[in-house]
Amino acid sequence: MVADLTSNSRPEEAVICRGVTKTYGRGTAAVQALRGVDLSVRPGELMMLVGPSGCGKTTLISVLAGVLRRDGGDCTVLDCDYNKMEANKTTRFRGRNVGFVFQAFNLIPSLTASENVATPLMINGVRRRAAVTAAEQMLDKVEFDERMMRSLPTDLSGGQQQRIAIARALVHHPRLIVCDEPTSALDSETGRRVMELVRRLAVDSERAVIVVTHDARIFDFADRIAYMDDGRITHVVDARNPTIEKS
Amino acid sequence: MGFIALKMLIGDRAKYIGIIIGLTFASLLITQQAAIFTGIMIRTFSFLTDVGLPDIWVVDPQVQYIEDIKPLRDTEVLRVRGVEGVQWAVPLYKGMLRARLSNGTFQTCVLLGLDDATLIGGPPAMIAGQLADLRQSDAVIVDDVGATGRLARILPGGRRAPLRIGDSLELNDHRAFVVGICHVTRTFQSNPVIYTTYTRATTFAPQERKLMSFVVAKAKAGEDINTVCSRIEQVTGLKAYTRDAFKKLTFIYFLKYTGMPINFLTAVVLGVIVGITISGQTFYNFTLDNLRYFGTLKAMGMTDGRLLGMILLQAITVGAIGYGLGVGIASVWGSIAVSRTQIAFRLPWQLLVATGAAVLLICLGSAALSIRKVMRLEPAVVFRS
Repeated sequence: MVADLTSNSRPEEAVICRGVTKTYGRGTAAVQALRGVDLSVRPGELMMLVGPSGCGKTTLISVLAGVLRRDGGDCTVLDCDYNKMEANKTTRFRGRNVGFVFQAFNLIPSLTASENVATPLMINGVRRRAAVTAAEQMLDKVEFDERMMRSLPTDLSGGQQQRIAIARALVHHPRLIVCDEPTSALDSETGRRVMELVRRLAVDSERAVIVVTHDARIFDFADRIAYMDDGRITHVVDARNPTIEKS
Repeated sequence: MGFIALKMLIGDRAKYIGIIIGLTFASLLITQQAAIFTGIMIRTFSFLTDVGLPDIWVVDPQVQYIEDIKPLRDTEVLRVRGVEGVQWAVPLYKGMLRARLSNGTFQTCVLLGLDDATLIGGPPAMIAGQLADLRQSDAVIVDDVGATGRLARILPGGRRAPLRIGDSLELNDHRAFVVGICHVTRTFQSNPVIYTTYTRATTFAPQERKLMSFVVAKAKAGEDINTVCSRIEQVTGLKAYTRDAFKKLTFIYFLKYTGMPINFLTAVVLGVIVGITISGQTFYNFTLDNLRYFGTLKAMGMTDGRLLGMILLQAITVGAIGYGLGVGIASVWGSIAVSRTQIAFRLPWQLLVATGAAVLLICLGSAALSIRKVMRLEPAVVFRS
């Protein structure tokens, strides 16, 4: 149903960034958030971006997701350079190819769980009934029963809300998923269950997953971990074989 | 995406109801005040509406509106009859007269004197008696509202009883007998209306050298009325109006020389301001509260155009509900008020369209601020906690 929403090309790297810079403000008030970031993320891998507060993680993930324009450097996401695309084209590209999981879930409170999950499909032009059916199938995969599917987010726990958010990020089969602190609002047990779900459902050979986190307890879910500090990637660690890949 | 827009709107119940109440109040105020204004303005030329038969009204050139009577010589009717294209012409008297009531108090009335031979210019509807009964001695016909209200007989004990056929009145020291009760369109001053023959009216009226108020005439079949009016003006030196032109003259006079339009316009503007402040403010707050979700939708691929559509749909939905409720309440209020009081209330379709346009303006004005906010929203806001 949504297969035609994704491009047929299969890039070697889902994300390639070279010397990416981003500055907020101007003059004396200017703050350089990214100071030449080099990063590549392969399809099929779960990359974690970690580092202290204010190091530029959120700015980087915003640039990679196409919700923020970089100032300099090169960045290709799924073979596309956002800076060379018109704003509306970038928006449509995001709608087809990027899934989002937010720290505060960002579920629309007046929509039921299944309607929230159906939203990306409806944005991509799928009719409501078909979108809700597909959303219910996806919610079934995150272990939601029928009653929960018809519940409003406010009637559900934080873990359940984050499971809705994961289902929403996956329902339209995007090729890049960005998760911003997906476990920070959850207790450690629930956080691990959420990450298990991300690992099990989101990671496949055609999809790259980037997770921004502070939470060291979930590092073992990563394939690689990129450490950031002061607007740069300082080193990238292969979490399966923990030797410094780049510094 | 209309589904999401509407669920977001209805989901915030307090603001949803607040916006609708604001728009309902604005719509009610605009419709009600405009309908009363329209009703009053229509009453200014009610006499012209009631006198249906003549096409042409001949008056003194200085006359500014229907109540501004400058008497003509009786011979003018003969001159008008002589103009080419005139089928017939008759005199009509209209004046104010004091009626003495049975308890000794006086009531100002409108006295209408109809051509003795033809009785042209009579009331549009008779409730009791016949128009031809005016040919009886000292006969008058009284309008129903006057008969039951200001001209009602005062019975011992102070109770009021409506005037009936056979009752007598004292008009300017002349005795008159009621021979019929009629229904007329309410006049601007809401004074009782009394019909009699032209000759009798001139005897009831205070003595003046000239007494004829109007010459009313009919153009021959096939004649252009405006052309006949021009001929009458050339021949007599008087002013001749078609009925619609005389209505317009009267309407414009009241618009120009009374404070009514300003008063009612103030109320209508107040309605618009109330609508914009209450509904606009609440709608803007609703958008601010939902900014994070609009940002999320934007991040998830919703274009600015579709977000614009969502906000407009929300604005138009509350506008339509508020308009419907406001106009509905105004209509029900108007119907009840008209059936129980003498209030002027007219709600033509043009007024409904105008109110709809005003409410739409309020909605678009309210939505404009929200649209500006959402259009400027950076989707990156979704990653800010």
